Amino acid sequence: MSISVIIKIIVTVLILTGTVLSILSAYGILRLPDVYTRTHAATKSTTLGVLCTLLGTFLYFWYTQGMVSIRLILGIFFVFITAPVAGHLICRAAYRSGVKLAPESIQDDLKELVDQEQNEKRKSDGQNN
Amino acid sequence: MKPNDVILQTVTKVVTFIILTFAVYLFLAGHHEPGGGFIGGLVITSGLTLLYLAFDIESVRQGVPVDFKIVAAVGVFIAVATGMGSLLFDSPFLSQTYGYYNLPIFGETELATAVLFDLGVALAVVGTGVTIILSISGDA
Repeated sequence: MSISVIIKIIVTVLILTGTVLSILSAYGILRLPDVYTRTHAATKSTTLGVLCTLLGTFLYFWYTQGMVSIRLILGIFFVFITAPVAGHLICRAAYRSGVKLAPESIQDDLKELVDQEQNEKRKSDGQNN
Repeated sequence: MKPNDVILQTVTKVVTFIILTFAVYLFLAGHHEPGGGFIGGLVITSGLTLLYLAFDIESVRQGVPVDFKIVAAVGVFIAVATGMGSLLFDSPFLSQTYGYYNLPIFGETELATAVLFDLGVALAVVGTGVTIILSISGDA
């Protein structure tokens, strides 16, 4: 098998993997019960899906046109850093504004801490008033 | 009790550098590829907005001690001044020219006066954008 065929196969597999992961993530957003599990599906698999697609594109243009696209590398790095943080912030905002966990959940370790924090806040507000 | 923003602030410190680098790339690429002063300025504005989101307005103002209204004014001045400059060489207002020069590191490079006009546009966009965001953000 020649090198060009091997690279074409790698590129195809990468882009297909990226697409399938993105579809799986969309399916996860539809099927999972609450906002936390949905963010889990939306951030993890979409990030990997986008990374695979970008990497496939990068390899394709590198091989066919000899063009090393810095923008694609930067995009891979950028998405890899920012997408999980965005998921973290969405989850955190949801928890702090009191969105309930799915009824199937059995343990909530953060509840104690957040309750304590809010009690303290209420107390200090009372003192200020 | 202040909320704990370690993750957001740490990532912002890294990501802002990427955004600003990309803004400079877009600005310089504008002549031959997609890019230019307008989106370069907008990307710089978005990087600064990210800083304002992750830290508070006061600490960013300490780090970037610039009055963005003045930045917008300087941008418009540069843009008009490049237009006026062409009058000195007996050509119509806003005529642009370019030439090839041998620079120390880059080798033979095309330098165009349109870049100066773009610089004015970029500064005006940054100044306007940040001023709008700061004025609608409440306590500015």
